[in-house]
Amino acid sequence: MELLFTEGISKCFGNFWALKNINIRVPRESIFGLLGPNGAGKTTLIRIITQIIFADEGEIFFENRKMKPDDISFIGYLPEERGLYKKMKVGEHMIYLARLKGLSSHDAKERIKYWMDKFDILSWWNKRIEDLSKGMQQKVQFISTILHEPRLIILDEPFSGFDPINANLIKDEILELKKKGSTIIFSTHRMESVEELCDFIALIHKSRVILDGSKQDIKQKYKSDTFVIEHRNDFGDLDRNFSVIQKDRLEDNFYRSVIQINNGKSRNTLLSVLIQKVEVHSFIEQVPSMNEIFISQVNTIRNE
Amino acid sequence: MNKILLVIQREYLTRVRKKSFIIMSIIGPLLIASLWAIPIWLATRDTEQRTIDVVDESGFFVDKFPENESLNFNYINLDIAEAKKKLTDNNTYGLLYIPPIDIDNPRGITFFSETNPSIDVIGSLERVLKNNIEEMKLVRSSIDRETLEGLKADVSIDTINMTDAGEKAGSAGVATVIGYIAAIMIYFFIFIYGIQILRGVIEEKSSRIIEIIVSSVRPFQLMMGKIIGVGAVGLTQFLIWIFLGFGITSVVGSYFNINRNETIVAGAHMNEAQDENAELVAEIFNSLETIDIPLLLFAFLFYFLGAYLLYGSLFAAVGSAVDNDTDAQQFQLPITIPLIFSLIVLSAVLREPDGNFAFWLSMIPLTSPITMMMRIPFGVPFWEVMLSMFLLILGFILSTWVASRIYRIGILMHGAKVNYRILGKWLFMKN
Repeated sequence: MELLFTEGISKCFGNFWALKNINIRVPRESIFGLLGPNGAGKTTLIRIITQIIFADEGEIFFENRKMKPDDISFIGYLPEERGLYKKMKVGEHMIYLARLKGLSSHDAKERIKYWMDKFDILSWWNKRIEDLSKGMQQKVQFISTILHEPRLIILDEPFSGFDPINANLIKDEILELKKKGSTIIFSTHRMESVEELCDFIALIHKSRVILDGSKQDIKQKYKSDTFVIEHRNDFGDLDRNFSVIQKDRLEDNFYRSVIQINNGKSRNTLLSVLIQKVEVHSFIEQVPSMNEIFISQVNTIRNE
Repeated sequence: MNKILLVIQREYLTRVRKKSFIIMSIIGPLLIASLWAIPIWLATRDTEQRTIDVVDESGFFVDKFPENESLNFNYINLDIAEAKKKLTDNNTYGLLYIPPIDIDNPRGITFFSETNPSIDVIGSLERVLKNNIEEMKLVRSSIDRETLEGLKADVSIDTINMTDAGEKAGSAGVATVIGYIAAIMIYFFIFIYGIQILRGVIEEKSSRIIEIIVSSVRPFQLMMGKIIGVGAVGLTQFLIWIFLGFGITSVVGSYFNINRNETIVAGAHMNEAQDENAELVAEIFNSLETIDIPLLLFAFLFYFLGAYLLYGSLFAAVGSAVDNDTDAQQFQLPITIPLIFSLIVLSAVLREPDGNFAFWLSMIPLTSPITMMMRIPFGVPFWEVMLSMFLLILGFILSTWVASRIYRIGILMHGAKVNYRILGKWLFMKN
């Protein structure tokens, strides 16, 4: 079941098509990675979902009905370009943002205290924003994004500006929020966090979705039946069902080889061939990383 | 609607809590009071005793200069060269040299001093010389002073305004003053708080809070919230100024009144100019009652708010289109020109409050608030006021529409070089 899906979203700025016929499906309680090179149209799509701007064509569905203006109170959005009012104090700033999302002053205060306590920053309540470091401000922004317990959380490059420890803290919170039932759209360039967090992805390039689906499926689709095998003794030549891509001799009689299986043969066929010839120490399928898929897909389109 | 209130509340509270606001609230009335009090203080303070040497070669003016607590005359019988030398040696304020003169053509009277003499001193010397020469001429023509006084005529025209409510004694002077004060207040209010709106929008853009906010609030709500919030700050400041200003001036004023009464009782020298001042003040207070205060207040409030909203939205649009204050200059200019223009031509409006020029300026929404406030104390036909107010409302709606179209695009644009063509494009861009 989807929390949100789009039908044929297009957006034009002057005579430049920022988005063309975008269809994405964001399943409930998942982390959905919105990927793409700079200028692909990710931010435009996010701004359309958050109703900051409106699509020229197409429709957004939220909870299986057309999205309404009021639905923005169910969304928490952490933009990539984010800041705070420098002269305000941390506590009152968070209350202001929470009340804009429809929380009562009292509820806002309670929840802010809970989250600040959790992040161990309750002592900042009366500090001015301008006295906080960038990383500290990021924490305030993150809390403000999720304070109203939105059903849909949209995070644009959430880890930029965080040190590894705080990045981990945020990452754990994101997973925790997913467990509690939130759905997260996550836009980033950092492929390792996509690898780690995302269940589904959509790759946008040149205003179009060029790849989408579950991370698992995509990886399955782009794997090339290639295996990394560590073995003792050389296996010599193999028949034409298998092509040896690489063979490195590590020490004396110890090798690491990369072999691709052709003609739809199974991995067991390869294994049984090898066992007859060498002593197999490890046999691991080489799954493409999201990074490789991203680069190869974007380059294919670029070269067209 | 609730969200606009939240925005207004934030804009208001963050500004009135600033140190600069509190400082300005206190300094403002002090400035106003000092503008009023310092000239009076300067005129009435006890000055140091100044000694002036007089070399009178004509012999007409010996002992004719009245001495008082500030001026002291020393008639010396020296030749001018020696007297000048003596001047540099001791502490006399200056040397008045009167050559042998012809009373029909008194030339060559000279005042020597080491520093530039004050206008007051020179003025009072001239007055004495003039009076004495006139006296001598009267004597020469065998006219005594009483005959002369009898020849003088004293005419003053009372102005009566014919209105629906009956006849009222009017006062062009008071109307002028009230018109000016109202027009200038509107002018300054728009300028000071329009710039604050502009700064606020730029701050939201450059601190990148804007995208967070507009994901909860419509850009239009944010813009209107800011304009209203800043306006409320301005009104608060003005109210504080008015109350404190009245307080201080009345305290200072009563102090000077007591002083003045004492000097009158003591029969000391009363400055002529001061006398006129007192009369003018009395006249103002007497004829204040003759102006239709409720209409004036209503019109002031209306034009004040209308002008602020009209210009405020334009300032917000400019703020949204640029990234920093320096870039704002080029777009600020066309907004401020009609404002400055309407202030500059006030004297022309004043010369002919019912003329064509004044009429058209008070119809165009960009200039009408200032022009109309100048005209209303003189009496303006009802339909003109209504038409002007109606046009101002239209102007406000139009400017807000234009501003919000530019604003909604501008706030999300960073680093774009913006010119008027691009602004025009934004205006008609779909959302």
